[in-house]
Amino acid sequence: MTLITLSSPHHRQSQGVNRVMLQVLLALAPGIVALCVFFSPIYLVQLALAMGTALLIESALVWARGRSATFYLRDLSALVTAVLLVLSLPPLVPWWITVLATGCALLLGKHLYGGLGYNPFNPAMVAFALMIVSFPVPMTTLWLAPNSGLVFMDALAIVLGQAELADSISSATPLDYYKSQISLMTASEIYQSPLFNGIWPAGWLWVSLGYLLGGAWLMWRKVFSWHAPLGLLLALTVLSLVFSLDPDQRTPLQLHLFAGAGVLGAFFIVTDPVSGATSRLGKFLFGLGVGVLAYCIRTWGSYPDAIAFAVLLMNFAAPFIDHYSKPRTYGHQARHRGYK
Amino acid sequence: MTAQINRDTTQRVWPLVGGIEPKENKSLSNQLSIGQLALPPQLVLPLSQHIGVAAESLVTVGDYVLKGQIVARSSGKISACLHAPTSGHIIAVEPRPIPHASGLSNPAIVLQPDGLQQWRERDPWADWRQRDKQHLLARLSESGIVGLGGAGFPTACKLSLDANSIHTLIINGTECEPYITADDCLMRERAQRIFQGIDIIAHLLQVDQVLIGIEDNKPEAIAAMRACLPSHPAVPTVIKHFPTKYPSGGEKQLIWILTGQEVPSGRLPADLGMVCLNVGTAAAVADCILRDQPLISRVTTLTGLGVPQPRNYELLIGTPIDWLLSQIGVAQPPERIIMGGPMMGEPLANASSPIVKTCNCLLLPTSKELPLPPAPSACIRCGFCDDVCPASLLPQQLYFHARSRNLEGLAQQHLFDCIECGACAYVCPSSLPLVQYYRYGKGEIRQEQQQQSKSEKAKVRFEHRQARLAQEEAEKEAKRQARAQAAANAQAAKQANGGSSPLDDLIKAAQQASATATQAPPSVAQLQTLVDQARTKLNSANDRLVNAEQDMPDNVAAFRTARDKFAEKLAKAEADLAKAQQETNG
Repeated sequence: MTLITLSSPHHRQSQGVNRVMLQVLLALAPGIVALCVFFSPIYLVQLALAMGTALLIESALVWARGRSATFYLRDLSALVTAVLLVLSLPPLVPWWITVLATGCALLLGKHLYGGLGYNPFNPAMVAFALMIVSFPVPMTTLWLAPNSGLVFMDALAIVLGQAELADSISSATPLDYYKSQISLMTASEIYQSPLFNGIWPAGWLWVSLGYLLGGAWLMWRKVFSWHAPLGLLLALTVLSLVFSLDPDQRTPLQLHLFAGAGVLGAFFIVTDPVSGATSRLGKFLFGLGVGVLAYCIRTWGSYPDAIAFAVLLMNFAAPFIDHYSKPRTYGHQARHRGYK
Repeated sequence: MTAQINRDTTQRVWPLVGGIEPKENKSLSNQLSIGQLALPPQLVLPLSQHIGVAAESLVTVGDYVLKGQIVARSSGKISACLHAPTSGHIIAVEPRPIPHASGLSNPAIVLQPDGLQQWRERDPWADWRQRDKQHLLARLSESGIVGLGGAGFPTACKLSLDANSIHTLIINGTECEPYITADDCLMRERAQRIFQGIDIIAHLLQVDQVLIGIEDNKPEAIAAMRACLPSHPAVPTVIKHFPTKYPSGGEKQLIWILTGQEVPSGRLPADLGMVCLNVGTAAAVADCILRDQPLISRVTTLTGLGVPQPRNYELLIGTPIDWLLSQIGVAQPPERIIMGGPMMGEPLANASSPIVKTCNCLLLPTSKELPLPPAPSACIRCGFCDDVCPASLLPQQLYFHARSRNLEGLAQQHLFDCIECGACAYVCPSSLPLVQYYRYGKGEIRQEQQQQSKSEKAKVRFEHRQARLAQEEAEKEAKRQARAQAAANAQAAKQANGGSSPLDDLIKAAQQASATATQAPPSVAQLQTLVDQARTKLNSANDRLVNAEQDMPDNVAAFRTARDKFAEKLAKAEADLAKAQQETNG
């Protein structure tokens, strides 16, 4: 009689990687709904395009690496990458940018390093950074103002390259607009723009609140801890309170938090476990670093939103942070730091 | 060590770090009282059922043994005796399958019961308090009692610790593994005996307090223990209960929960002045002293949905598992048998292996109940494992290091503080066999260390030999020079006497002529080689001296003498060379 002998433990929770990824996708839904309501349902087209491309490219890459496509597609990580990418891109970018970006994310951001789990950089952010460096004009001008009245079919035509975006509808993001105008106008004049609703970024506030809701749900589900999001939001808040207290000088706090990718970054980008730091303290430091870099690039650099570059820079730092943020092991006097 | 006592009479507990809350499934097996089974047709007693050195068999085939008679004696400091669980004949002393995942066989004594249950002569010590401590300890160390919680550390070793250094006795009734209810039922039914055992142990170790820890999922056991708690115990005793969370029952974790202290890494609870014993062990101590009954049986949970009627049984040590399963109505051969719980239990390779002293549970899960793990996927560093590790390790970092066999990295991440509780693997969404990686890592490091100490020893031996040879050489050289000196002196004295005969002169002249003819003076090139050789030797002697200064301060003198000799030789060779060069040039 042969008995099955397997290493303990024999009991396992049934939560797989795909369950984790599925929950992340679900948590993004409120933000996506807000984007469709306040900006344009064209987001759904971009999402479908990116997700379809992601599935195809992921299958091809997995096949090319001689592995089972069904096994690797099941983890849903390619879809999460595609969705996060679309949520970072301007809604009206031509279809080929979406396709190219998705391909870059999966190939250059993930499979080149060995696939899920081995990528040192956040794949969506790698692709976003590549796109904004390669195609700066479409990547900064194809945003929509909230409630712009652009008909869905017109938006579709623009995305498919059949029509040009009228200048009257084209718009910058509130962060971009504020930054470029604050040297010419006072804050109260800027707030008159249709991009704002009082001092709040119109539309974007609701999108950010949608992400916040999804993020809170994921934390409640214990998909990730509060450390990295708090680090990012804390850094943005403190730096804004120190350097941006006067809204006539620099972009104020509420725009840093709610106008750009702040909340999306806090709950869905810096919480990417693969490319982030490991321990709780490490995650907090990682988020903090992203926040500090993002604020600095937004304020003194040339990019209006900077979460992607901040995340990529901190991805470089993550292994280093790991060496200095280990928790104190049971029975040891102090936490172990460093490489030795 | 000076005992620091902070007597704790409160119910205060410190929360477990990390931990998981798997489905308990304890109500499967704790509904019925502890059952008994018929006498098995055969009892198989492996000589090693404990941590430490295997016992030595005292019996040969054909011997008749009485119930409770010693059949194998402990050998070495950490070891345990073995007794006949019933009377009968020894029918074999041979390797038999042991309950282990490897399916390996180990030496075992096989006993065929005669059904008479004939006890050896017994001497119950109701008056144990009047007895000398040495006598109590002697009986306990003959009793074969080992830690019954699952670790199997010989209990007598713990009880013979210096009583001055121990101040707290911790009794572990946590039983945090799912499914297992052996301790639960023991506490419910035999709380009195557990307290008798605690009394004896507290007396032996002269402790100042007894802390009993029970998880709060065992209200009946807590109530039964409370009811038996003497109103004026000899030693202040507190029963603490705490939230159910795996692995609260790990020794280090329980000490933290009950006292808020951590056992320093690589040390023992005794270093904190504490001794930790399982409730079942305490009951066995009472049996040994009060009834003169050695460890010949234990309470084992037979559970899982593969068992028709899960229940606790008092089983004789050595009961063959396949016979046992047929007795409790397991008709089909199971596909898995786990000895212990679902988290840390050992999967058995062979159902014919026997029940041993550490076997607190036999779990027969159906594949629906505890499904086989799916194929592992890549680690996504989600950190779920970091959150549940009770030792605050970073399991996924350990995994990466183990996977790439980075032993240094493993040590840096404190691999040896891992208690292999399996909480990390339980939550892993990639279903990685993490604990297996840690066992592999530990094995590799141990092997590396063994090899290192081996080669270290070989190196020291080699260097000693080199030094010895050099010294011998130096002594020979000294003797040779002394002889040459003596000969020269004698010659000189002879010449001074002027008594040399013409014949002597003739012989000497002939000898000199032949010497010059056969032994031409060495060429410059030859001398150069000699100088080079001497220099190499000096260099290596220098190296050895430096090594010796670092590693073997005792032998530095010998190495220095050797080095000086080589230096002398080099100087001589160089002088010869210079002279020869001068001659050729001149």
